[in-house]
Amino acid sequence: MRAIAPAAALLLAGLAAGPALADSPGGRTAKLALPDGAQVYKQICAACHMANATGSGGGTVPALARNKKLANADYPIKVVMKGQGAMPWFSELLTPAQVAAVVGYIRTNFGNAYPQPVTEADVKRVAGKAK
Amino acid sequence: MTDGMAPTRRQLLSAIGKAGGAAALYQAMTALGHAAETQFDGPPKLTGTKAGASVVVLGAGLAGMVAAYELEKAGYSVRILEFQDRPGGRNYTLRGGDTFTESDGTVQKVGFAPGNYLNPGPWRIPHHHKSLLYYCRQFGVALEPFIQMNHNGFIHSSEAFGGKPMRYKEVATDFKGHTSDLLAKAINGKALDDRLTAEDQQKLLEALRHWGVLDDNMAYTSSIRVSAQRGYDRAPGGGLEGAPTPSQIARLQDVLDPQVWTAMSFYFSYVMQTTMFQPTGGMDMIGKAFAKQVGKSITYNAKVVKVAQNGKGVTVSYKDITSGKMAEVKADWCVCTIPLSIISQVDMQVSPALKAAMKAVPYSGHVKIGLEFKRRFWEEDDNIYGGHSFTDQPITQLSYPNDRFFTPGPAVLLGAFARDLAGFQLAGMTPQERIEAALTQGAVFHPQYRAEYLNGVSVPWSRVPWILGCVSSWNEENRQAHYKNLVTLDGRVVLAGEHASYYGGWMEGSLLSGIDAISQIHARAQAA
Repeated sequence: MRAIAPAAALLLAGLAAGPALADSPGGRTAKLALPDGAQVYKQICAACHMANATGSGGGTVPALARNKKLANADYPIKVVMKGQGAMPWFSELLTPAQVAAVVGYIRTNFGNAYPQPVTEADVKRVAGKAK
Repeated sequence: MTDGMAPTRRQLLSAIGKAGGAAALYQAMTALGHAAETQFDGPPKLTGTKAGASVVVLGAGLAGMVAAYELEKAGYSVRILEFQDRPGGRNYTLRGGDTFTESDGTVQKVGFAPGNYLNPGPWRIPHHHKSLLYYCRQFGVALEPFIQMNHNGFIHSSEAFGGKPMRYKEVATDFKGHTSDLLAKAINGKALDDRLTAEDQQKLLEALRHWGVLDDNMAYTSSIRVSAQRGYDRAPGGGLEGAPTPSQIARLQDVLDPQVWTAMSFYFSYVMQTTMFQPTGGMDMIGKAFAKQVGKSITYNAKVVKVAQNGKGVTVSYKDITSGKMAEVKADWCVCTIPLSIISQVDMQVSPALKAAMKAVPYSGHVKIGLEFKRRFWEEDDNIYGGHSFTDQPITQLSYPNDRFFTPGPAVLLGAFARDLAGFQLAGMTPQERIEAALTQGAVFHPQYRAEYLNGVSVPWSRVPWILGCVSSWNEENRQAHYKNLVTLDGRVVLAGEHASYYGGWMEGSLLSGIDAISQIHARAQAA
């Protein structure tokens, strides 16, 4: 899997701190380094899709393990960039390089074997098309 | 008209009220800057209900129960189907002996001492959430103050003040002082001559001198006067050694850390302003109070699988999750409060526009961690009574218990309240890892943590099986495209819940939405 170019900003802050509307915490959290797809998965995706990518809620949060929809990388890229249903979009939280890294990671782990690399250019292309 | 002849505001309002009635009075008060605090002006007045009219309500959270309560009062026959074995939905409380099962089957057992609790969901009530306060008053739910703002809470940034936690009063005073100093310099350096008259410049300088506690040279420097806001090195005392000594102000560079102004602006937010309240004994007192009114109409352990409708009525199919048996409820109308995050589990016979709206709202995944300690060291050692501390670590926020101050024995503090990236990070951990993170990170404020720790429980909302998320998060784009479709009566089915309001994530939103939903049903039923 391609490593993310160190030149890309690998530090993430929380989403822009707007006025608090929901009953949410105040303050804001420090930037976090997410140097590769495995880290992006562990620190973000696993919250809902679980550490072993089995999903939950009887498929309401879909399993990413052995998921045939991952065969075409454009589909998971689009879901990550635009969100789907209750899943938020990550185009603000993640750089295109990080999206490419995590999609590449999922496609080559958890019983998925789609070794064709996913690039930053793929992410930008899909994001452009989805608009 | 001279000033002397102008009617007082009260005289004017009284005259408007007499002439135009309550609605005109309300409108006039709003125009004069009063009363624009809520859209709640009392419970709905549903009259003339047709005999035998019926409604099935899906979900026994606050939206569903307020709908059922007001419908029953109006003469409707009501059934409520609830997936869980208790009322309240997100309005609930974890106490010692309770268990919490995550969506992957991981079970946590709560080990808190009697009387201690964690409110995993809603936990504070702003003074302007008048419908919630109305029903609390109506049902006799005891409320006590929620200490929202505590000047003695901590602010921590790993990138400022050498990583040392500061008291809110210190950094807020210093932010105000340093920015006043800079603005005064800008005025005296003639940088604002084209914006302000000489007279207004003098007024503003006078304000900055006092507001920013500047010295004779209009500079922000350490002094006893400044210490009277940010706190002293040695506090004022009595007798021979009574004289206080000043504290040292922080550097401008540290004070500009975003953790400072995000905390200050947090307290300015409309929904975060004092006065706030909490139910004595735990937030679920509210859900239980509603259930006391409508509990006989609730069927628990009912998993709704299908909502079908035609011109005559609604048929809801559900599975009794204890026996596995399927059953049906028929009614004239349906109020569906099932969270959008799991509504894909239900086969809903509704219009394409409503279907699209149901899929258009992402959910946030807040995380809360409750930690029980042997004693209230934050009170005894650190002079913190309720309120919050903020950090840029993933735990994000600490909140101290607002009840039973000064009592001996174990107490529970909120050891993490995280959203966004930090929320994902904590949710992705095992319960043991979350507690470990909370103890390690929280020790930056309170080195007493390890020695005093007893037990803890963590609630990652993205792994709460009956919702798989915490609160709906609308933005301007999806609000514009889908909100109206989501909240409009669709044939005989109408959605309600915090997601169907402009008060997302607040109980007030659930109640106002529930009331609006049944008002739509009643209007349609009367028109038929």
